Amino acid sequence: MNIYRKRKIIDVTMRAAAFLCAIFTLVPLISIFSYVLSRGATSLNLSFFTHLPRPVGEPGGGMSNAIGGTLILIGLSCLWAVPMGILGGVYMAEFGNNRLGSMVRFSVDVLNGIPSIVIGIFAYTLFVLPMKSFSAISGGFALGVIMIPTVMRTTEEMLRMVPHTLREAALALGISQARTIVGIVLKTALPGIVTGILLAIARIAGETAPLLFTAFGNRFWHQSLNQPIAALPLQIFVYAISPFDDWHRQAWAGAFVLISIVSLISLISRFVIRPRYRFSQSR
Amino acid sequence: MEDEVRVSDLSAYFGDTQALKNINIAIKEKMVTAIIGPSGCGKSTFIRCINRMHEVVPNATVTGKVLLRGQDIYSPGVDPIEIRRKIGMVFQKPNPFPVLSIYDNVAAGLKLNGIRKRDDLDAVVERVLTMAALWDEVKDKLDASGMSLSGGQQQRLCIARALAVKPEVILFDEPCSALDPISTAKIEELIFRLKQDYTIIIVTHNMQQAARISDSTAFFLLGEMIELGKTQDMFTAPHDKRTEAYITGRFG
Repeated sequence: MNIYRKRKIIDVTMRAAAFLCAIFTLVPLISIFSYVLSRGATSLNLSFFTHLPRPVGEPGGGMSNAIGGTLILIGLSCLWAVPMGILGGVYMAEFGNNRLGSMVRFSVDVLNGIPSIVIGIFAYTLFVLPMKSFSAISGGFALGVIMIPTVMRTTEEMLRMVPHTLREAALALGISQARTIVGIVLKTALPGIVTGILLAIARIAGETAPLLFTAFGNRFWHQSLNQPIAALPLQIFVYAISPFDDWHRQAWAGAFVLISIVSLISLISRFVIRPRYRFSQSR
Repeated sequence: MEDEVRVSDLSAYFGDTQALKNINIAIKEKMVTAIIGPSGCGKSTFIRCINRMHEVVPNATVTGKVLLRGQDIYSPGVDPIEIRRKIGMVFQKPNPFPVLSIYDNVAAGLKLNGIRKRDDLDAVVERVLTMAALWDEVKDKLDASGMSLSGGQQQRLCIARALAVKPEVILFDEPCSALDPISTAKIEELIFRLKQDYTIIIVTHNMQQAARISDSTAFFLLGEMIELGKTQDMFTAPHDKRTEAYITGRFG
């Protein structure tokens, strides 16, 4: 009886501790959201989305250039990182059960852990130095490098979840391996892969460090992709460390917009991208 | 009656393990040939050698000859994809493509090989679903997922899918082992009708099934073919003691 009571007490305490820890993880998220909402939403107005930044002292103005810049940077990085990540993932899942495969898998995991500022320096030496200019291209390259591990590993995982019997069924119909992969395997895994891409986008949308010496930031609309380009996180950074109250308010508004973009992408990845048919073996 | 498939000295390996030893067998055209034998005797490996699906498994190799109407399907220069189109396969567990509709499941073999004319596809889909005795049950929901069907319907969908690419031979790898008796009866009836147009090889665990639907039966044991004969003779007067022991249920 004594042992039973002791076990009961331990059970209740541990369960309570686990519950509290689980709840506690929500605290930072909720407080960030509510704080940014309360500070940012009030400074938000239409001109924030449509106007360029004004000089110090002049009230009003917006961050249209930074919002546009962030979207362009995301586009640039997706342009090369998505195909590369998907093709790499296909290799890993379909042909990668060998030494090369496990080497690549390990390297990609290491790449995923490299601090983003280091990737920024890498992009700086590779693009900015030879081109002698900060540029949107170098920023897109740096963000793409950050995207690749996520896209590639999710693609691989999702393809591996497609039952082997489906590949065999397709091959047995006289469908070539290439068409089996594209028409059956990738198609089956598509919702998962899209989710991976969206999560990778959500991550790079908020990256600041790798843009410091690649995209660099720009107070105006960029003229070409060879030139410095504005980005929301950079603009927030510059405004936040400035001594002007008006800029601080704009920084909060920018933070609010950025957080909304990222949350929206996460939400879409959860709810909107549903498979037309459930991908699960019935019974 | 011509020999549709003639297998000579066929051996199959998984790495260093030999799964089939010098199999020799002639399969008659438009007949049902059943392959029986205890688990692990190489039945499935054998039929997977006939449509070159064995080599899909890593490190799996084959020696010997398999002649399809005189042509060796293992001679160099033969495209396994062509062979698989001529020799269709239905698997043990129903495996419709989960993200495709019923229609697209049936049309997959054609669509993914470049046939996209809607009228042609419509005609083929209706024809093979009718042959598979599934048309009446699904004609009003061709856009629904293949996974929405019952197990037996799914298996008939897989048969229709195999028929759509116009094979000459159809291999069945224990097609009823995941099905209930009523669905099993429907599949058996279907196989009985299909043999008018196709040569059929069926692996089965169920000896009554072999007795009911096949014209000839081959008994496999430990990677060897012990006996091949007319089904009737095989089940009434087997030549080999081991066959007799197996079909009377003394082992296996």
